[in-house]
Amino acid sequence: MEYCLHILILINVFALLAISLDILSGHAGLLSLSQAAFYGLGAYTSALLAVEAGVPFLMGVLAGVGVAVLISFVVSLPSLRLYDDYFVLATFGFQMIVFSVFNNWMELTRGPLGIPGIPQPVIFGWHITSHLDFLILSILFACFAYFVVYRLTSSPFGRVLHAIREDEVFAKAHGKNTHYSKVTAFAVSAALAASAGSFYSSYITYIDPTSFTVMESILIISMVIIGGAGSLWGPLIGAFVLVTLPEALRFIGLPSSVAANLRQIIYGSLLVIMMMFRPRGLMGKFGFNK
Amino acid sequence: MILRCENLSKSFDGTRALAEVSVTFPENGIIAVIGPNGAGKTTLINVLTGFLRAESGRFFLGERELTGVAPHRVARLGIARTFQDLRLISQVSVLENAMLARPNQRGEQLLPALLRFGVGKEEASNREAASNLLDFVGLRGKASEPAGELSYGQQKLLTLACCLATEAKILLLDEPVAGVHPEMASKILDLLSRLRDQGKLIVFIEHDIAAVRQIADLVIVMDDGRIIAEGKPAEVLERPEIIEAYVA
Repeated sequence: MEYCLHILILINVFALLAISLDILSGHAGLLSLSQAAFYGLGAYTSALLAVEAGVPFLMGVLAGVGVAVLISFVVSLPSLRLYDDYFVLATFGFQMIVFSVFNNWMELTRGPLGIPGIPQPVIFGWHITSHLDFLILSILFACFAYFVVYRLTSSPFGRVLHAIREDEVFAKAHGKNTHYSKVTAFAVSAALAASAGSFYSSYITYIDPTSFTVMESILIISMVIIGGAGSLWGPLIGAFVLVTLPEALRFIGLPSSVAANLRQIIYGSLLVIMMMFRPRGLMGKFGFNK
Repeated sequence: MILRCENLSKSFDGTRALAEVSVTFPENGIIAVIGPNGAGKTTLINVLTGFLRAESGRFFLGERELTGVAPHRVARLGIARTFQDLRLISQVSVLENAMLARPNQRGEQLLPALLRFGVGKEEASNREAASNLLDFVGLRGKASEPAGELSYGQQKLLTLACCLATEAKILLLDEPVAGVHPEMASKILDLLSRLRDQGKLIVFIEHDIAAVRQIADLVIVMDDGRIIAEGKPAEVLERPEIIEAYVA
């Protein structure tokens, strides 16, 4: 039972990460490889504040979101002037830098040793300890992210993002400040990813840099692509498929060394198959190809 | 407000596209810009709308200098444009394309979009304004279709509606009737005359001399990045050197 709850919680965490990427990649068409970096920034900020200073959970989440938003502005300044592949490369570079900081700033992050003993959340007297409590909290986090992304993308703000995705020049020629929209979408995306990180760190109670590598970023992108970019339910379905898939493999009874490699092969094959037969993803309205 | 430019120059990899172009446009009317390919016509529009930076020279809208101003700001100041290669948001509806182009939308800012303060009302009024413009260009019946599914001529009409949706007083149109059916072309030309009657300034690049004769109040002839003639069509298009160089 607890195992099933754990899987459901992970699905919610990754659904949140996928929806946070979707506003940027699905709606605005900016493919980012740095989602795990913002996820990690949220996780490390709230974990360090909780462990070192006893800062309460919600304050920690807000601080994590704040740090992610500030850093997203620093990244946006140079990288959002770039287009297409160059933007992907810029976010890849940023992801590598953040990972290196997590892994090497021993005094702050303890590097590969990670941060143990992260306190579990207490929200207005609600002590969150059981898996069921965490599941409820994870659903609340994911629902909040869905609400934010839905409101934004179904408004005139979202209309401008869609215009940027399809033809930024058209949007500019009609008076749209596309730079503002891209910086804002990037910040919202970073903020939501950071909130997922804060939740995750207080749930697992231990974090180390391996949870925030570029492979995680690629996993999140895969969820968006497989589920369907720019659609409401696509990221949730993508998260469901890619979180449950390795668990399903576990039950086949393969040795773990084989299962790990097989997982990568299946991810790769799934992406290739999707690109060939359903480039818009399972639920998506829009493809990445223009 | 008067749009004027002084000594605009621009070159690409050593090839001169604009050479010391100076022109003062009238406040309203239809101005045709003609000239052979590579004469610098599109470059002029690209510079005047902020998409390209001139290497030297300045341009003004009224008293305000627009040199170096970003494209979206130029559009907000009342200069809209279309492109030679049709640019539209093809995956969203015709109506939404026109709604996107509406100016000063609060709902494009983060917090109003999230909290929806007054956004519903604003959307309703933008929807109505956009629908009226689709009526004007004759696309009302296509409002809910994806823009990409319109015919080529209808897409040209939609780009015109989007320009009008910005409430710009100055329209810079890059070949508005090129490649469309003659019937559609005369419809577009008719719309342009009606817009002139509403007091707009329309500057359009055109290769079809018959269309230019039909509706232009003034003709500007460009060649090799320079303005080589300007004046009334009846007069300019009869000059032997123009006939020889271009019209013929």
